[in-house]
Amino acid sequence: MDWIAFDPLRALLGGALIGFAAFMLMLRLGRIAGVSGILAQGVFGAGDERSWRLAFLGGIVLGAIAMAYALGGFQPVFSGGWPVLVIGGLLVGFGTRLGSGCTSGHGICGLARFSKRSLAATLTFMAVAIATVFVMRHVIAG
Amino acid sequence: MLRLFSALLAGFALGAGLVLSGMANPQKVLAFLDLAAIASGGWDPSLALVMAGALAVAVPGFAWLRRLEKPALADSFAWPQATRIDRPLIAGSAIFGLGWGLAGICPGPALAILGLDGYQALVFFAAMLGGMALHRLTANRPALRQG
Repeated sequence: MDWIAFDPLRALLGGALIGFAAFMLMLRLGRIAGVSGILAQGVFGAGDERSWRLAFLGGIVLGAIAMAYALGGFQPVFSGGWPVLVIGGLLVGFGTRLGSGCTSGHGICGLARFSKRSLAATLTFMAVAIATVFVMRHVIAG
Repeated sequence: MLRLFSALLAGFALGAGLVLSGMANPQKVLAFLDLAAIASGGWDPSLALVMAGALAVAVPGFAWLRRLEKPALADSFAWPQATRIDRPLIAGSAIFGLGWGLAGICPGPALAILGLDGYQALVFFAAMLGGMALHRLTANRPALRQG
């Protein structure tokens, strides 16, 4: 179904922008661009280390709006109603804090510095996510 | 001020990259995670290429930064020091994977779609903050910290 929408060049270029963001934050501020950690400490943390985190988070929102505008529109399609969003959100929020990172922190920054810890985390959340989609789409929805 | 601008710029590139790559769209993420669709020809390999594109920049970038003494606008590089593969890491990643597989949204895209969609992005974002707050509560209790 989505082979039609599969655009290798966009995927690679978009990925390169994500990699550049990680490089940029480390080059200028010396920080890992892990969104879950920056979000939690930006929202719940205190002190002057909070302001750059909020600027980074605001940048994500603005960059997404700008790119959506440049592409002539971008409409995310969700997989379920609000129960899926609420349960999914709770699990993602809790899990990324307990596991010290998400797709950006472990999946990109961690792998980019060849961290075995981040590789273990990435393989774990990938495997569980793949299994979850399999159960939701091919076992329950059959 | 320069620090704030640099952080904003890095976030801007991340948000733009998430939209350009299609990873801010839960449907595309789930289409990658649905490996059973390989057989039926409906699999979307995008996420693998996004990772490849990101690592193609970040691997040489980090390798170069490793040789610098300090970042441009801070006293030192905050390279993560933890190396132990422990239970919280694996349990947390598994819980995250479950939520990611259900909704198709991880923290970066959750922020990216905040300005692009109405109530659905807000509902997920609020629930995600709730999950983070819940972790803060439990993490402060020593009996649970080892779990």
